Amino acid sequence: MNSGRRNVLKGTGGAAVMGLAAAAGLFKPGSAWAQSWNKAAFETKSMNDTIKAMGGSTAAESKDIVITSPDIAENGAVVPFSIASKIPKTESIALLVEKNPNTLAANFNIPDGTEAGITTRVKMGQTSNVIALVKADGKFYYTGKEVKVTLGGCGG
Amino acid sequence: MADPMKIRAAMVGDKVEVKVLMSHEMETGQRKDSKGAAIPAWFIQNVTATHNGKTVLSAEWGPAVAKNPFLSFRFAGGKPGDKVVITWIDNKGDKRTDEATIT
Repeated sequence: MNSGRRNVLKGTGGAAVMGLAAAAGLFKPGSAWAQSWNKAAFETKSMNDTIKAMGGSTAAESKDIVITSPDIAENGAVVPFSIASKIPKTESIALLVEKNPNTLAANFNIPDGTEAGITTRVKMGQTSNVIALVKADGKFYYTGKEVKVTLGGCGG
Repeated sequence: MADPMKIRAAMVGDKVEVKVLMSHEMETGQRKDSKGAAIPAWFIQNVTATHNGKTVLSAEWGPAVAKNPFLSFRFAGGKPGDKVVITWIDNKGDKRTDEATIT
């Protein structure tokens, strides 16, 4: 069962198939599980697909999101990132690495009273554009920066 | 059972700064072993932090989060002596909960 599904994903239409599946409600992003995990979003291959899997349509570039990270990461297995959003009513902050096998690395939900800023460490397979995707008041905003990786972090 | 998390929770101004270091392999599912067989993915999917029963941060993670994950954030409304409780659950259903006292 698993191998068949993998093959579907490998096809060029994989992302589209996932998008359709999400639209058809096969995966329910944000459904009321005690611990929900948005499988569809974590299988996306581009920012636009990630936004769709999170229930949005487009994102506007914003200067009110700041990514703090090294410009050059010597070790792609551990790349530190701080993301801070000054956008009012920030609900969630996601970290996306465009050239990783799957774009979405992590998504943080920010309740009222918590600062819209997180620090974490992710793996990067290669030099890539890194995107901070912020959902605020129901809308999506993003900012991106390129991080060069001299040694990949995906076991290559 | 996985190793305990290292959690620091300290007042910074009027906010509580939480720093967490978890002990987890965070296997991506992309790597192959010496025989060429894929190593199955094994990673933390959900992280929840609570203070006095109120969720102060929740996260969904993919396998791209680095091994032995580090996380830092700040929230308002805490005071020294309060407890911060952090729970993670991985894709195999293993979970771990640890707590720290705000200093």
